[in-house]
Amino acid sequence: MNFFVSLLNALPGAAAQGMVWGIMAIGVYITFRVLDVADLTVDGSIATGGAVCVMLIRAGWNPWLAMVCAFAAGVLAGLVTGLLHGHCGIPAILAGILTQLALYSVNLRILGGKANQALSVDKYPLVVSQRFVRAGNLTNPLPLLVLVCAVVILALYWFFGTEKGCAIRATGANAKMARSQGINTRRYTILGLMLSNGLVALAGAFLSQYQGSADVGMGRGAIVIGLASVIIGEVLLGKLFRNFALRLATVIIGAIIYYIVLQIVLQLGLNTNDLKLISAAIVAVFLAIPYWKSHAGIKKEKGGVKHA
Amino acid sequence: MLEIKAVKKTFFPGTVNEKAALCGVDLTLEDGDFVTVIGGNGAGKSTLLNVVSGTLTADSGSVVLDGVDITRMPEYKRAKYLGRVFQDPMMGTAPSMLIEENLALAARRGKHRGLRWGISGGERERYREMLRQLDLGLEDRMTARVGLLSGGQRQALTLLMASLQQPKLLLLDEHTAALDPRTAEKVLALSDKIVAEHNLTTMMVTHNMKDAIAHGNRLIMMNAGRIVLDIRGEEKSKLTVPQLLEMFNRVSGSDDVTDKMLLA
Repeated sequence: MNFFVSLLNALPGAAAQGMVWGIMAIGVYITFRVLDVADLTVDGSIATGGAVCVMLIRAGWNPWLAMVCAFAAGVLAGLVTGLLHGHCGIPAILAGILTQLALYSVNLRILGGKANQALSVDKYPLVVSQRFVRAGNLTNPLPLLVLVCAVVILALYWFFGTEKGCAIRATGANAKMARSQGINTRRYTILGLMLSNGLVALAGAFLSQYQGSADVGMGRGAIVIGLASVIIGEVLLGKLFRNFALRLATVIIGAIIYYIVLQIVLQLGLNTNDLKLISAAIVAVFLAIPYWKSHAGIKKEKGGVKHA
Repeated sequence: MLEIKAVKKTFFPGTVNEKAALCGVDLTLEDGDFVTVIGGNGAGKSTLLNVVSGTLTADSGSVVLDGVDITRMPEYKRAKYLGRVFQDPMMGTAPSMLIEENLALAARRGKHRGLRWGISGGERERYREMLRQLDLGLEDRMTARVGLLSGGQRQALTLLMASLQQPKLLLLDEHTAALDPRTAEKVLALSDKIVAEHNLTTMMVTHNMKDAIAHGNRLIMMNAGRIVLDIRGEEKSKLTVPQLLEMFNRVSGSDDVTDKMLLA
């Protein structure tokens, strides 16, 4: 009984965190699923977003304006990865790792040479804060996060329906065909990476306000959480949701489920130090399931032929 | 129209695997020419097409299309002038996108892609009418993903896409080789129809001598990176497969005709 009460208590927090990380996971979805590129920049660019946001708010900026700048910083990070990949011939995965590594130093500089900068909700007019996650009034971050997620999904639904967005999707779906239809695949890959990392940095900006600080290490393992959200959403709801907007929604739902599962695991008494290990294991299993399924199918077919 | 001059292409130069794929090819196509290209494996047919389409860049020589030198133009830029259908039915379309989306992508070939909606209502009607003429029932499946279509349906769709924006040159790279004979027949008939309707200048690579004779107004044969035969007009229409085989043996100086060329 006690277990369920404390779990219920933890639900709003899990939902809020899930939505913040869900925005990041949508960024991962754009590269991993739409562009078919594994981009590891995100571990760095989410911290960049958080760092930019925190430092600007501390300098007295309006939080929304600070978040716009955080988005722009992420777009720049994506541009660097895109240029390394598209114009220097570096494989995408390595280009992302290089940018991610470089961003560690950049983020330290943004944070004024410190590994951590606090951002108290008592001193600054933050948009979201963990402290009010169970509050019954308008300071509660949940309604705003739902709204932000909805706006992000609708904006992306619109963008990927435009001629430019279609060109990005075609680039990811079949680059050779895209080029033969006059699409500059290199340019659109870079554009996709920029958009993706912009969203990731925006999520970092929300995250830093939500937890009341920016940390140079806050992005460690972000790509894994992003992939976990994408895959959990697909496995559970992929058959149901075909529409692009709904697919983006499943990514956020996947992130929320991820955090609820995490809460349950923690309530069961697991050590927080083991979190990354558990996350990696969950992602590995969910990535393996489709592979196992297809192999099982082949075996069955072979068996069938034998009997026939 | 299309002027290919002294084009050379060597793969893996300076290594033990060095292979001269094109050894100085000259070819001029007139407006409205429909040329079939035949030759054995490794003769340079596909390389020639790829040098024209931009998938490969020529080491030397020039490719000029309608007065524009496209020798070193990036593939996506010269796509504006070209319609292409590939051997692999998977290659010509985006499988995860809808039929109508694929058509809309092709309709914007060579045009600026902005922030307008990717497909308009008026376009849909136009596409529906075009798909109806294919007579494959695709007009009722415009919002189906292309990945669900059969190889023949995809090649038909790719042909339609290639002709949506009137291309200066249509490149068919063994586009029926992966299809079963009946479907191949249908796709070839459709190719003929589209070429005739739009009066397209066309290059069609094929392994099939019968098809090479039956289609188009001109036939070239390649061997070891060179054009060794160029037959057109009256002479071509009277050509038979045995004659062509005999010519092939004479020019190539061997009996090295693959089964594939005979049977396919």
